[in-house]
Amino acid sequence: MRVDRSRLPDVGPDPAFAFPSIARHTLGNGLDVRTVEHQTVPVVTFVVQVEGGLGADPAGAEGLAALTADMVDEGTGTLGALEVAESLAAIGGDYDVDVGPDVTVFTLTTLGRFAERGATLLADLLVRPSLRDADFDRVRRLRLDRLRQLKDLPPALAERAFLRLLYGDHPYGHLAIGTESALTGLQLDRVVACHARTFVPSRATLVIAGPMAHARLRTVAENAFSRWPEHARSGGLQAAAIEPISLPTRLAMVPREGAAQSELRIGHLSVRRNTPDYPSLLVMNAVLGGQFVSRINLRLREEKGYTYGARTGFAWRRGMSPFSLQASVRTTATADAIRDVLAEFEALRGSRPPSDDEMALAKASLTRGYPRNFETSQQVARAVAQLALYGLPDTYFETFIPEVNAVQTADVVRAAKHYVDPARAATLIVGDHAVIRDSLDTLGLGAPELLSPGP
Amino acid sequence: MEYATLPFIKQTLANALDVIVHEDHHIPIVAVNIWYHVGSKDEQPGRTGFAHLFEHLMFEGSEHHNSGFFPPLQQAGALLNGSTNTDRTNYWEVVPTSALDRALWMESDRMGYLLPALTQDRFETQRDVVLNERRQNYENRPYGFAMMAMTAALFPEDHPYHWPTIGSPDDIRAMRLEEVRDFFRTYYHPGNASLTLAGDIDPARALELVERYFGDLPAGPKPQSVRAVAALDRERRLLLEDRVELPRVYMAWHSPRIFADGDAEMDLLADLLANGKTSRLYRTLVFERRVALDVSAAQSSRELAGFFLLVATAAPGQSLTEICAVIDVELQRLAEAGPSEAEMERARAQTEAQFMYRLQTIGGFGGKSDQLNAYNVFRGDPGFFATDLARYRDATRDGVGAAARRTLTRDRRVVLSVVPRGQAPLALPGSDQVSVF
Repeated sequence: MRVDRSRLPDVGPDPAFAFPSIARHTLGNGLDVRTVEHQTVPVVTFVVQVEGGLGADPAGAEGLAALTADMVDEGTGTLGALEVAESLAAIGGDYDVDVGPDVTVFTLTTLGRFAERGATLLADLLVRPSLRDADFDRVRRLRLDRLRQLKDLPPALAERAFLRLLYGDHPYGHLAIGTESALTGLQLDRVVACHARTFVPSRATLVIAGPMAHARLRTVAENAFSRWPEHARSGGLQAAAIEPISLPTRLAMVPREGAAQSELRIGHLSVRRNTPDYPSLLVMNAVLGGQFVSRINLRLREEKGYTYGARTGFAWRRGMSPFSLQASVRTTATADAIRDVLAEFEALRGSRPPSDDEMALAKASLTRGYPRNFETSQQVARAVAQLALYGLPDTYFETFIPEVNAVQTADVVRAAKHYVDPARAATLIVGDHAVIRDSLDTLGLGAPELLSPGP
Repeated sequence: MEYATLPFIKQTLANALDVIVHEDHHIPIVAVNIWYHVGSKDEQPGRTGFAHLFEHLMFEGSEHHNSGFFPPLQQAGALLNGSTNTDRTNYWEVVPTSALDRALWMESDRMGYLLPALTQDRFETQRDVVLNERRQNYENRPYGFAMMAMTAALFPEDHPYHWPTIGSPDDIRAMRLEEVRDFFRTYYHPGNASLTLAGDIDPARALELVERYFGDLPAGPKPQSVRAVAALDRERRLLLEDRVELPRVYMAWHSPRIFADGDAEMDLLADLLANGKTSRLYRTLVFERRVALDVSAAQSSRELAGFFLLVATAAPGQSLTEICAVIDVELQRLAEAGPSEAEMERARAQTEAQFMYRLQTIGGFGGKSDQLNAYNVFRGDPGFFATDLARYRDATRDGVGAAARRTLTRDRRVVLSVVPRGQAPLALPGSDQVSVF
């Protein structure tokens, strides 16, 4: 049979998708445990999500949450740092820590046959870390040196300066790694106190995804984590509850003489993750700049050849979350690229609403490919931890597709009007000031405020 | 104990296209993955960056779908991408099972009918995009030129691994559309490709679909395979000044090519030298003596040749000379006594787990479909997974020790110091300044 090349084959009806069942358990010490039977490859993933990420760093102690998280695998009980590493290696363990704005997430993946050993080791590390002076000194030193290396990295410079532009002194206004002055001043007692305050069952969620029945996964959790002593603790600082104040700077620059390109960030604080407009915002972002086939990427990359790629997105958190564009553009095209981005922000708010094709494409790209986000035990476990982070129901993954498909063009335009505003947007450039200075005048944003590469 | 396996069926169409199918019905998605056996190794000096620029053009449309490759597939819920390295170019889509026809239609259209859609405009835009990619990923990145300097020193000027896959800016600017057409005719046809479908599909249906979409594309001549040799006869010391805060040393040796004798042993060596806190170099350089911030090791094994690479960044105020002295002592110890049994067990446990983790995804870079194509293209045998794993299981202390003695010699290596601009004295003594493309 010859192929009909006069038209593309139609896509068949979407296959049914069901997220594996999630079971919830509460241990005697109050620990929230969620288990997922994930029967594919004999691999198990543990996620322990602890309340209090970088947003919980006290003023002047920026970097404390990350430093504390970094210290937990430096020793427990009779095991020193090297023995911990040895124990993880012996089970082929893949251990990872992510310090986010609201929570810190510890992930351990291992082979199914090592599930018990993995759980016990993880519990020992998180609940009973040694937190010794000698290790502290080394770990803090390494983090300070890494901070110094970030000065070489335009995307890191941009990220850091942009957070500061948007949030100012708000607890979300710094990178997880913190600042040089804060890290230099931190002592071990702060880490010990941070650990005691933060690492308690009532502030944690444990998710296990693996090739076992719920009852068995629960037993694994109990055996490892029921010795975690219960503590009644006050919530402490909640970054999400603090309303950021709006800041005046519209154009700022970290000068980098001779830079090969300009690293750009354009955006503003927008909305919280728990907004009922969330599905509309996802569709809006997909149209505007959230995927390869989006207005901004097609304009900047495919039409103008300014960049290797441009993306927009929300950096979600419980509190006010930023919406922004990220791109690295040819130096001589910097002002033109900024103008184009701001024009696209504006157009979606009414003068050029999404076409039917754009709507269909945006929705399809979000929904039809959705099942592939849940192939591995790690993807599944982290997804379930997100439910705990944002207080979402266990049915969330099943209702996602119909909710996105229900979004209408008018919803997207309304969302753009409410949550994307070129007049409020701050533009941050890491680039060659001398070369682009004059062209920036044409933007009408005033002279750029010049920032240092960071303390 | 659970065993990692990667079952498949393979069939070669009349036009010489290799087709491999792997079933996994866990999620209703299918991975389409195609390898063309062409990379920057097939370029000529003065014409570098060609294979990679070509990869970009494959996304710009083909005769019967004469516009961007992304929209119809994103509309169908696909994730897609491509990449080019020295040895091969790959393209992949992960699609809902319901969109498999569309993905195969489009892949086959660009394999068979790319040139009628190729215009000067599209070509020029992608040339600019690639120049931007080069600025973003190399020129504007700390230590971004280091690997270019290393491969240029390891491999002589006419060796296909001498130049970087991204190419030199002058070569990229000098490219002409007509050369692109010749390149397509030579390398992009069924006889130089390997297509794998993995996921929610049964083999009979998969083969039927592939025959339908690809079966009538004409077979092309098998391109000439590239051969080249390279060897070092001394230690070469190089110096590169860069916009960096801290000096870093790169050290490399020629090593076995991919899947050759000793390749797995070099992989294990990399593990026990620099993977994790208990590895020998991390422990000495970073943990105990604190002269380095980080250290990494890798056996980079490729089709024509391999090289073994060590990289360490100096802690503030520490010298590269001191770091290299420590490295040399550790390498000497390893060469003399080989690894301990405990080290071997640890490295094997990690390797076996990695093989299992690799079986978790059907598509994308490194997923099951990509692995099957790699085994097929480099070994002619998609079933090489089990043998591959056995190479690591069967490795011995003596074998690893012997590999270290054979390969990691002080008098045949390239050592590059990357230092902050204006601070050439921080480099190892006797280093020659290099300039990069």
